[in-house]
Amino acid sequence: MNTEELTKLRHTAREALRLREGQLPTDGFEFHVLVCGGTGCVSSGCKSVRNALVDEVTKRGLEQKVRVIETGCLGPCNLGPIVTVYPDGVFYHKVTADDAVFIVREHLEQGRVVQGLLYRSPETGQLLRTWPEIPFFRKQRRIVLRNCGLIDPLSIGEYIARDGYAALPRVLGGMTPEAVIEEVRKSGLRGRGGAGFPTGVKWDAARRAPGNPKYVVCNGDEGDPGAFMDRSVLEGDPHSVLEGMAICGYAVDAAKGYAYIRAEYPLAIENFQAAIDQARAGGLLGRNILDLGFDFDVEIRVGAGAFVCGEETALLNSIAGKRGEPRPRPPFPAQCGLFDKPTVINNVETWANIPPIITNGGDWYAAIGTEKSKGTKVFALAGKVINTGLVEVPLGTTLREVVCDIGGGVKDGKKLKAVQTGGPSGGAIPAEQIDTPIDYEALAALGSIMGSGGMIVVDEDTCMVDLARFFLEFVQDESCGKCTPCRIGTRRMYEILTRLSQGRAQKGDVDLLIELAHVIKNSALCGLGQTGPNPVLSTTANYRHEYDLHALEKKCPTGACPMRIKPAQARK
Amino acid sequence: MATVKLTIDNNPVEVEQETTVLEAARSLGISIPTLCHLRELNQVGACRMCIVEVEGARSYPASCTLPVSEGMVVRTATPGVRAARKMILELILSDHPNECLICIRNGHCELQAAADTLGVREVRFQRMSRRLHPKDDSGSAVIREPQKCIYCRRCVSVCAGVQGVEAVGPQLRGFSTVIAPPYNLPLAESVCVNCGQCLLVCPVGAIYERDETASVWAALADPAKHVVVQTAPATRVTLGEAFGMPPGTPVTGKMVAALRRLGFDRVFDTDFTADLTIVEESNELLNRMKNGGVLPQITSCSPGWVKFIEHFYQDLLPHLSTSKSPQQMFGALAKTYYAEEAGVDPADIVVVSVMPCTAKKFEAGRPEMQSSGHRDVDVVLTTRELVRMLKEAGIDLTRLPDEEYDAPLGISTGAGAIFGATGGVMEAALRTAYEVATGKPLPKVDIKEVRGLEGIKQAVIDFEGTPVKVLVAHGLRHARTLMEKLKAGELSEYHFIEVMCCPGGCIGGGGQPIGTDSEDRRRRIEGIYRVDKNMKLRKSHENPAVIRLYADFLGRPLGEKSHRLLHTHYVRRSAHPVLTE
Ligand SMILES: Cc1cc2nc3c(=O)[nH]c(=O)nc-3n(C[C@H](O)[C@H](O)[C@H](O)COP(=O)(O)O)c2cc1C
Ligand code: SF4
Ligand code: SF4
Ligand code: SF4
Repeated sequence: MNTEELTKLRHTAREALRLREGQLPTDGFEFHVLVCGGTGCVSSGCKSVRNALVDEVTKRGLEQKVRVIETGCLGPCNLGPIVTVYPDGVFYHKVTADDAVFIVREHLEQGRVVQGLLYRSPETGQLLRTWPEIPFFRKQRRIVLRNCGLIDPLSIGEYIARDGYAALPRVLGGMTPEAVIEEVRKSGLRGRGGAGFPTGVKWDAARRAPGNPKYVVCNGDEGDPGAFMDRSVLEGDPHSVLEGMAICGYAVDAAKGYAYIRAEYPLAIENFQAAIDQARAGGLLGRNILDLGFDFDVEIRVGAGAFVCGEETALLNSIAGKRGEPRPRPPFPAQCGLFDKPTVINNVETWANIPPIITNGGDWYAAIGTEKSKGTKVFALAGKVINTGLVEVPLGTTLREVVCDIGGGVKDGKKLKAVQTGGPSGGAIPAEQIDTPIDYEALAALGSIMGSGGMIVVDEDTCMVDLARFFLEFVQDESCGKCTPCRIGTRRMYEILTRLSQGRAQKGDVDLLIELAHVIKNSALCGLGQTGPNPVLSTTANYRHEYDLHALEKKCPTGACPMRIKPAQARK
Repeated sequence: MATVKLTIDNNPVEVEQETTVLEAARSLGISIPTLCHLRELNQVGACRMCIVEVEGARSYPASCTLPVSEGMVVRTATPGVRAARKMILELILSDHPNECLICIRNGHCELQAAADTLGVREVRFQRMSRRLHPKDDSGSAVIREPQKCIYCRRCVSVCAGVQGVEAVGPQLRGFSTVIAPPYNLPLAESVCVNCGQCLLVCPVGAIYERDETASVWAALADPAKHVVVQTAPATRVTLGEAFGMPPGTPVTGKMVAALRRLGFDRVFDTDFTADLTIVEESNELLNRMKNGGVLPQITSCSPGWVKFIEHFYQDLLPHLSTSKSPQQMFGALAKTYYAEEAGVDPADIVVVSVMPCTAKKFEAGRPEMQSSGHRDVDVVLTTRELVRMLKEAGIDLTRLPDEEYDAPLGISTGAGAIFGATGGVMEAALRTAYEVATGKPLPKVDIKEVRGLEGIKQAVIDFEGTPVKVLVAHGLRHARTLMEKLKAGELSEYHFIEVMCCPGGCIGGGGQPIGTDSEDRRRRIEGIYRVDKNMKLRKSHENPAVIRLYADFLGRPLGEKSHRLLHTHYVRRSAHPVLTE
């Protein structure tokens, strides 16, 4: 394909998608029925819903009228499986296979909306017909997730129809590499993998670094338990990542990219590979892209390692066939990365931000967010909250807006106790701080981190010692074992927490725990060890009384801890 | 090279750009504790003892991997840094058996020293879990005790980086990590070549040689046994180190005296059979050159190297000289030729070797090494084990007189002596081959091109019109480089290659003093060449005892008896051992 052919293709593809904008159909279909096929929904049974839809449509001879499309994840997982019927955009939730049959008969054949499957507003009690009306979506701003749940991820045409592959020809056709980097720098985009390093600065460093060839790597290892932002993007909109990587390849003068995707994500691997194949076939990847004289190709590497394999130097080791363990930085990957060559490694979400930044300009992006944290961030909202799932909000949105407005508040009328951001690397932010705007610096100031987007709502029934123990169990298990503080230290923290939770604490345990946490944070080799103590540091700082209760009185205030020694025995 | 200015503990310092903070501090005389650092070999930042405070940094970086930068302000011993180091050490000790008193490294252990230096008097994590990895004493030479391992990775770096073997590496992860062969195979089933380079750098007692002093004590105490000892060329320049002498000091005469005091019936010299090896091996070379045999011929006296080629380059085995190593020639002759001469029943003879080498223990146990009808060499002691025996017996080497070896297996030339240094076998072989081939005296006895610590050396010697091209490699990584070239057909014009398993040759062997570094190697090599210089005879074929041996017993080089007693064959081993039942 050259640019002209791409423009033509975009035109026809847009026509085919007009139905989903509520406009007159041009592709002959009367209905597009979208079924959410993200892994979250796959587990809640959307495959059977899809099959039931297809079967019933065939049985009733509606194939010419109705197109059934399996999409990626739309976000609100607790509402899945989700079926959306266009052109009206009617949003059905918690659909079963039987419901699907009913939707075909009622809605698609008779034109009657199935009231019983509509979402009822918890605020007003009204039935809401389309998804943008639902409170869960109201405060969101979808840039990364712009296509997720709305297109067929296996169709490059649908991606192109929604401005996909508009940025790449613009870059290749008329921008210098420096101008591309400048645009990214201006956007203020910071890495979404956790550390929040300015993406433009990283690209610039790789561009300037001596050494050839250079590489571009997508970090799709997503090891934070409970997080699935990256998986959803890879599954639901793989081309956006691919396009971002190709743009970077041009900007830093790399011809080869690797996408490291964890083996636990088979659908992501499948969809991403399909995207690579389509892009290659369409001349959007490979030699002489769009006839504009730029070569770039991407290969998938399946990662089957521990959490630490997501750490960039460990990941690059793993791609190179070595043990997936970190090495000291500097040198940073931008100077000395994959195969010891300059390498840009960015997170999936970071990559998905690139095409819209190029298309709309860095200034457009920089207008969203706070002074130092620009744009939007996707979170995986989980825990004791009514609405769970993926949410994308402008940075600067407060925790309260996410938990209460989007999340609908704490489950079962309980009181909010804390919000844990950053997964096992983050800290528990106490309920009193819930009006904190979400940005990198504000979260760090509270002893947590932005992290990759895990957000766990903690209610009053949760024991903070138990919470810290849960995360430390994970951290010590996932440590690579290379450096002393993490290998032995996180184990010791876990052991002390276990003793506390069993009523077996010894004198001075809490102070020892805190001292150890500081030492590990200060001295570990990589981010895993440096952030692993955060759950302990934040909970001991804000809930010290709970620790003391466990330690001194052998009591767990919430009853969550299985105290082996009864208070009476303990006193002896 | 560009330089960088920085401040360490308020001292301004200017160093070269690539220097690490640790080295910059050392240049100021500030020593930062470390348990994993090995200059240029192991800079991995694993132990985290060398953390420092750097102005503006979020955490404490490890100084061993931190490059200096302009204007950097470093503090190496602030209260925070010291407290953190101490706690890191406490963590290590909480996962360590702490059996110092009965540990092979008692008194010369880096972990002990660090605990002392940092003043650790308490381990607050003591009652917590420890990992449980069983001791691996499957190896004939090297024993692993993973419970004592502190994960410094030095052994891993040396095995891979210096030896190119990659026998051990981190297995599993986190707290369960173990430094072991792949699949946690026992060392004996792995590609480990028993070189012992790993244990020279291990800071603790987690890898060490199989100590066989007990069986030597027992033999010495048994009046029915006739116990003879041979000493390798390279032990005489290192034995003194344990008694406070500088590296490279030759202590040959004192060593002989010490061995007599221990009670050995005869004290012989491996240098004697080194001369014999040279005669056999150079005749083999000339034979191959004359009769279109497989060339280049490669030396086979280094048992670590032999096992290496058996694992990794099986198809190149025909290049290997079939001549046995001096140790094994000695054993075979001690229980035949010497037994006859001395009128002792070979069954009563116990042959003990004192070797700079751990792999010699493996070599002596090879099933091929029984050509006398008995196990040719019964016990192999490393230099360190001999030191242990001398100390236990209360023998102070420094106070002993110089004594002479016993005849006839104690008579040698300078050519035998230089076997201990890289290039020595080649030089010795050329001294003999030249004269045998040309019938003329060698114009220059010293062949300096093959001496020294460069990884791969080469030389061309003019044999009266026939240029003989030779190569010398030491350290198996360099051997690997040569073997790759040989495999690719790039070395076809060469005639002879010397390979020594250990860097520097036997003076740097795995049986030598712990902590051997390149400066030690350099000084020991000097010592070796000093021994050679001071010898009356410097060519193996001029050794009168060797001449008599051929006349009275062997017949001729490569003859039938030689073939039976002095030559061997090799086995093919797998490069990728896997777990079997
Ligand atoms: C223990 C650990 C795990 C990590 N896991 C991931 C991960 O799964 N995905 C990711 O994108 N970054 C992860 N990171 C961050 C990466 O090291 C790196 O900063 C990131 O890939 C850079 O991309 P970005 O600048 O786009 O965020 C991890 C870091 C640490 C210390
Ligand atoms: S901090 Fe943990 S994961 Fe990171 S290098 Fe050290 S042991 Fe490995
Ligand atoms: S003895 Fe040699 S080959 Fe064996 S593990 Fe040690 S360094 Fe590696
Ligand atoms: S065995 Fe010794 S050298 Fe190897 S990692 Fe353990 S402590 Fe270090």
